[in-house]
Amino acid sequence: MTAPELSTPRERIRSGRMRRNAERWSWLFMRFSGALLLVLIFTHLFVNLMTGDGVQQIDFAFVAGKWASPLWKVWDLLMLVLAMIHGGNGMRLLINDYAHRPRVRTFLLWLLGIAVVVVIVLGSLVIFTFDPCPLDASGDLLSGVPDFCKDVR
Amino acid sequence: MTATAEAPAAGEVASFEVTLRIRRMNPEGTSEHGAGEEYWEEHTIQAHATDRVLDALHKIKWDIDGSLAFRRSCAHGVCGSDAMRINARNRLACKTLLKDLNPAKPIMVEPIKGLPVEKDLIVDMEPFFASYREIMPFLMTSGPTPERERLQTPEERQRFDDTTKCILCAACTTSCPVFWTDGQYFGPQAIVGAHRFIFDSRDEGQWDRLEILNDKAGVWKCRTAFNCTEACPRGIEVTKAISEVKKVLNTGEI
Repeated sequence: MTAPELSTPRERIRSGRMRRNAERWSWLFMRFSGALLLVLIFTHLFVNLMTGDGVQQIDFAFVAGKWASPLWKVWDLLMLVLAMIHGGNGMRLLINDYAHRPRVRTFLLWLLGIAVVVVIVLGSLVIFTFDPCPLDASGDLLSGVPDFCKDVR
Repeated sequence: MTATAEAPAAGEVASFEVTLRIRRMNPEGTSEHGAGEEYWEEHTIQAHATDRVLDALHKIKWDIDGSLAFRRSCAHGVCGSDAMRINARNRLACKTLLKDLNPAKPIMVEPIKGLPVEKDLIVDMEPFFASYREIMPFLMTSGPTPERERLQTPEERQRFDDTTKCILCAACTTSCPVFWTDGQYFGPQAIVGAHRFIFDSRDEGQWDRLEILNDKAGVWKCRTAFNCTEACPRGIEVTKAISEVKKVLNTGEI
């Protein structure tokens, strides 16, 4: 009877050497973006849910009113970009941990990268091309638009 | 007249029955189990309150089943040979008292995780030692060798005192969830070994070691799960040592 072969330890992947400090910057980014996201998200939740009428106030007009101010545009853009990169980087670490076959790993990393870019681009487009006073086919204001639209149009 | 046992003598050590459930694997197979098959085996023995898990394993190996394989050398918590997963935590069998483990329930004994099992409780330690070798665990100096000792102050010695206690038992590395996932990570022990020299005032190879630990599989894979600190039988604050290495890499100052 022959002894079964011992599973040989996997070879260490040394790609970190090619991009010096890449993993260090990734780690630092996670630390700082995480702290910043805590402030951004909990302020966002507080303003939307705890002030005014709470959850009942959230409708098209509420969002339009918020995005009329540049502060909330920048706020939401920052939240979008940081959350996507922070979450995407976390997923990248998980893929590096669990996807052992090089082709599967490369495929998953590309998939993740595309998903992150698509969401960031779509989200930024919504924030910057947002029209608070959309018109219907006949040229009248749609119902549910904020009050200030009557003065603008 | 021979002395007879009457009332228990004062200070007699309590005795109790304890069941050990041991994770076994024989690469050549046994009559009941195939080659390389992993299975649980239970043995119930009589133990004293002063007995350790290692004593129980000895009793099984010496009196019940001689085929049970496990490592132990000094048997007193110094050599680091008998690290194993006891009740789902990495410990040294020679430093764990049976009475501290709730002997009312079977005590689970498994080989440490993340390294290939060779037989029963014996694992192949080579990947673990390879990581340790990679961080160059020896004094690196330049210039002529002094004729007397290389002096350092008590404060300078204190700086790396904690990490000198490591006995290379692998309890920390094999408790690390990141090490379990891919086996590429250096593991906590290699970073502890590097820490011991990085913060040594007599050593001059700090940046060579730091360069190695700045690697993709180096300190940045640590997610501060604290499993290593909990597992260390020598009480080394492993996660703290890893964080100190991270801090040096981030600030550039030792």
